[in-house]
Amino acid sequence: MNKPLDRMPLEPAACEDRWQREYAAQIGTDKDVRNRSGIAIKPMYTPRDWTGDRHDADVGFPGQPPYTRGIYPTMHRGRTWTQRQLIGLGTPPDYNARLSTIIAQGASAVSLIPCNSVYRGYDMDEVHEELLGTCGVVVNTAEHMDVCLAGVELGSMSCAMNDPSPFTLLAFLLATAKRRGVPWSAISGTSNQSDYISHYVANHMFFRIALPGARRILGDHIDFCNRHVPKWNPMSVVGQHMQQAGATPAEAMAFTFATALQNADDCVARGMDPDQFLPRFTFFFDISLSFFEEIARFRAGRRIWARLARERYGAKDPRSWRFKFHAQTSGVDLTRQQPQNNIARVTVQAMAGILGGLQSLHTDAYDEALSCPTEHGARIAVATQNILREEAHLTDVIDPLGGSYYVETLTDAMEAEILRSMRRVEEAGGMYAAVAAGIVQKQIGESARRFQDAIESGRQTVVGVNAYRVDEDRSARPSQPKPDPRKMRDHIAAFHAWRAARSQEAVAKALNALARAANDPKDNVFAQVVAAAEAGCTHGEICATLRREMGFGHVQAIV
Amino acid sequence: MDIRPKVLVTKIGLDGHDRGSRIVAAYLRDAGMEVIYTPPWQEIPAVVKLATEEDVDVIGISSLATDHLIVPKLVVALRAAGLTDVAVIVGGIVPDEDEDMLLAAGVAKVFHPGGALEDIAQYIRDITPVLRAQRAAG
Repeated sequence: MNKPLDRMPLEPAACEDRWQREYAAQIGTDKDVRNRSGIAIKPMYTPRDWTGDRHDADVGFPGQPPYTRGIYPTMHRGRTWTQRQLIGLGTPPDYNARLSTIIAQGASAVSLIPCNSVYRGYDMDEVHEELLGTCGVVVNTAEHMDVCLAGVELGSMSCAMNDPSPFTLLAFLLATAKRRGVPWSAISGTSNQSDYISHYVANHMFFRIALPGARRILGDHIDFCNRHVPKWNPMSVVGQHMQQAGATPAEAMAFTFATALQNADDCVARGMDPDQFLPRFTFFFDISLSFFEEIARFRAGRRIWARLARERYGAKDPRSWRFKFHAQTSGVDLTRQQPQNNIARVTVQAMAGILGGLQSLHTDAYDEALSCPTEHGARIAVATQNILREEAHLTDVIDPLGGSYYVETLTDAMEAEILRSMRRVEEAGGMYAAVAAGIVQKQIGESARRFQDAIESGRQTVVGVNAYRVDEDRSARPSQPKPDPRKMRDHIAAFHAWRAARSQEAVAKALNALARAANDPKDNVFAQVVAAAEAGCTHGEICATLRREMGFGHVQAIV
Repeated sequence: MDIRPKVLVTKIGLDGHDRGSRIVAAYLRDAGMEVIYTPPWQEIPAVVKLATEEDVDVIGISSLATDHLIVPKLVVALRAAGLTDVAVIVGGIVPDEDEDMLLAAGVAKVFHPGGALEDIAQYIRDITPVLRAQRAAG
């Protein structure tokens, strides 16, 4: 027979006191455990940390303010997230082939990554040929977009374009839709990463008009889409770049909200109605390996955004209050060493995003720390999502961690930390001013350095990098995919022939109208970009015109 | 003998991700080196000009999105400008077959993700006296 158990003291408080005594006695000197945002983490959480007193005000129910538990009543039990894998490599036919493959494997939406030459505002014959198509698809015209999206039903499939301001990819998509007889009112998707501020702060990728011009073009873009492409999300506010550049999860979310407020304030200043533009605001985040921190941050984010939309903008439509976000597993956490370990990392990151209530997910391929993803890597990334969605029972219960003493306490702490960082930006005069002054960039650089120090000192384990190393030869690493140089040369030759054959008169007229719009605040620059795309102008021509008229935005050197 | 290496940390090509170049530049500076840092998107002739004017020992190129593919063009341009004793090192995401190509093209060393910052600093400390001796020998 088992010995009888000690009788439990009747008072819960006495139990907790006893546990604390025993914990202290056994642990000796306790570790100072902090998450990536610097919040101290206790060894255990109890009803003394989260009493549930504020359940109705702070937690509530999914689909209702403050949306902590999710923005829709059914969440993933009803409709799971959109499986949106970012892809792009080579020529338009290469892209179309890869897109068709991943749709057949389970991807449910289009996402297009253009070549870095497109990001930078150039046509294919304005850059080093070696670089063409190595990181994205070379799309310079409406014809190229038509080929990229061959076989895609534009009226029913959501299309996300990683679209550099001035949003020529959307303009090419709209021109393609018109040719195929699909009304613009049926087109849905997102101008992914349309937020110029995050590009100034962090990855410096997208085509850069000097800040005042970039600000105006985004406003024109939002206004145009609200009027003519009502199912399109023109505003994608990006925390991902800032976190990849080194911001902590709390900082990334704070700066993202500060950016959203800047953009929303700018829309209001143009006389737009919050209930018209806010429902088309979307967010884009990184998901790090800090599992509970990420979940708590997304729960806190929903609450913060709902309150801002209602209190700051007086929005009355619940669609304006919902914090909709796409997330991508963090590439910075992946390692070149023992690359297949990254499959485990991506799985944990994706679970954090799913349990955090995301609407759309990209899972990184395990070989992204080595090169652009191989087809093998991309297939495992898609399969990871399929497994999590359909095998792991993650979607059975809405917000399954809600009510956990730890997760609720951490949600409150992350909310406080996010609001604290937001206040610092407000004190600097808002996000536009803080970025123009380099304040945000500097803070992110310091956080990046702190994290690097933690890795180099061994305080933060990275398996295969500063711990558990194994000797590897290059057979451990898959060889990288490269665009076929012959196909790329054919692509360039066809582009030159097409450009020589188009109506030069129509092109010149459209570029003149674009240049005039750039200097006339009453005109809409994006409307003229769309007209230029339809008239046969190329991406490089459109960008060159705006660079000339509105000035180029240089990167500040901040070390 | 106290040699203070002079290093240009920069990015050429199309990519703008500068977390790596900023961290490396700050580390080398804090390690006592003289660091010239530029934002991304430098043209090759601009890098050659800066390296000449500043008389640097080492040029560090950060490449995270295939920009290393044009580093051989930079090496050719440096040599053509008479900068034969300036070492070009590359850090970032460089696949194995490209590393072979870079080393064959005259790149001195490639550093990969997960490496320690101190390894880069030590390499520069080791190579600088050699480069200066070569230059002095003319």
